[in-house]
Amino acid sequence: MDISLQQVGYLYAKDSPFEKRALQDVTATIPSGSYTSVIGHTGSGKSTLLLHLNGLLKPSEGIVKIGDTTITAQTKGKQLKDVRHRVGIVFQFPEHQLFEETVEKDIMFGPINFGVPKEIARDRAHELVKLLGLPEEVLQKSPFELSGGQMRRVAIAGVLAFKPSVLVLDEPTAGLDPRGRKEIMELFHRLHDTENLTTILVTHSMEDAARYSDRIVVMHEGTSVMEGTPEEIFSQQEILHSYRLGIPRSVRFQHRMEKLIGRKLGRLALTEELLAQELAAAVRGKGDRPC
Amino acid sequence: MLEKMIIGRYIPGNTIVHRLDPRSKLLFVFLFVIAVFLANNVASYAVLLVFTAFVIALARIKPYFLVNGLKPVLFLIVFTLLLHIFFTREGPIIFEWKFIKIYEEGLRMGIFISIRFLVLVLITTVLTLTTSPISITDGLETLLNPFKKLKLPVHELALMMSIALRFIPTLMDETDKILKAQLARGSDLSTGSIKERIQAVIPLLVPLFVSAFKRAEDLAVAMEVRGYRGGEGRTRFRQLSWQMKDTSVMIAFIVLVAVLAWVRK
Repeated sequence: MDISLQQVGYLYAKDSPFEKRALQDVTATIPSGSYTSVIGHTGSGKSTLLLHLNGLLKPSEGIVKIGDTTITAQTKGKQLKDVRHRVGIVFQFPEHQLFEETVEKDIMFGPINFGVPKEIARDRAHELVKLLGLPEEVLQKSPFELSGGQMRRVAIAGVLAFKPSVLVLDEPTAGLDPRGRKEIMELFHRLHDTENLTTILVTHSMEDAARYSDRIVVMHEGTSVMEGTPEEIFSQQEILHSYRLGIPRSVRFQHRMEKLIGRKLGRLALTEELLAQELAAAVRGKGDRPC
Repeated sequence: MLEKMIIGRYIPGNTIVHRLDPRSKLLFVFLFVIAVFLANNVASYAVLLVFTAFVIALARIKPYFLVNGLKPVLFLIVFTLLLHIFFTREGPIIFEWKFIKIYEEGLRMGIFISIRFLVLVLITTVLTLTTSPISITDGLETLLNPFKKLKLPVHELALMMSIALRFIPTLMDETDKILKAQLARGSDLSTGSIKERIQAVIPLLVPLFVSAFKRAEDLAVAMEVRGYRGGEGRTRFRQLSWQMKDTSVMIAFIVLVAVLAWVRK
């Protein structure tokens, strides 16, 4: 499902003394099946932007198109339920949304709201718990007895359970330990491929953006300022710097290395693996070619 | 979603109303609430309305903003007005249509009580709009100090109040976040039968309570870690100072009461 934003603007508390502009003239396209990262400094409007992706906020100006549904300031609330079924959002610290008596019931909450029969919802809960690497016993436990990392996984299962075709992730790994972080990011990556999802990742981690996504949208002070592939975006270090954004560690390493050896590597090392390959190639190549 | 509510909200500003000592403002509001009951005829209610409008103008609050923010309260006021109009049966009938009969006394009482209600809400809203919650509690604590002799835990009460006020915006934000998360999971608060709607509130309330209790615990630990031991021997960073303008507020109040006493029946 293609998503497109056309000159979207948003004002918080419109027409009151607290009125505050959060978005201005945001234009971006997210093609169906892509893995798009949205990066930007704190307060750049990333989180406000993602609330527009399933109609939780309606644009004050401009148009948001999600598949064949068009959302403008005038769109009525009733049309939005279907959009919310197709676009699942995993919010920051999603464990704060847990409320049911048991994990099983909590995971079933979303699907039942969207009209999935109880039995199928229950099956999905069982599958998802396994998929997320939780022991099956947790299904009958209260979500509040679990550890922080487990709660996070249950909350993510609660969103995956209604099988959205677009998955929006708002810093899904914030506050997790490095290992849990990697596991969850790998899981989303796998799901993106196997379930044919359109994934939108809002993140502060340039490494995650470089490793997983095939498109990047850069936000700055409420406006979308850059759009392109990770190679295109991360090769423009100076411009990114002016938006107070860095580049992935591996690219930084590559730049210093290139300075030291006085030679350019073949391509941008977006991940550590790529960096290792390129370095190895450079080292091997040294014997053949004079530099 | 909840961003339009203005009850209990503070808007920083630099008008004379903002700069008054919280004690004079609190004292004034307290006395004003009593004085409102002096009014009993058209002239005295007019005096109250004019005075309230004057205070709002002094505080530079946009009337449009007040009306918008107080919509739920205005609804209540209109409801009171209608109750009085239709259920008071005194005086001559001034309007009759089928079974509806409106009596003069009903209309008069309805309008008077609505104005009384409106004036009270407006003045207290001006107080909270122009005084930061911290100043309000500071002022209240000082004003209540004499009651310490009667073993009233004044400092603790003030602390409880300031913590409660401090966490209203935090909990509002939290509610908004949880609401959005549940809406994204297809929860629906605006359709269905009354039973369904009440049930739809549970996914909102449970997480809110859980996080409120967690916050309370964290706060208690943070206070204890920093050696909080109650109000004994505590000094203040912000000193309250009673100035000429605060005395004039009290004089203004006396004048208001005198005028009310003069014009009332």
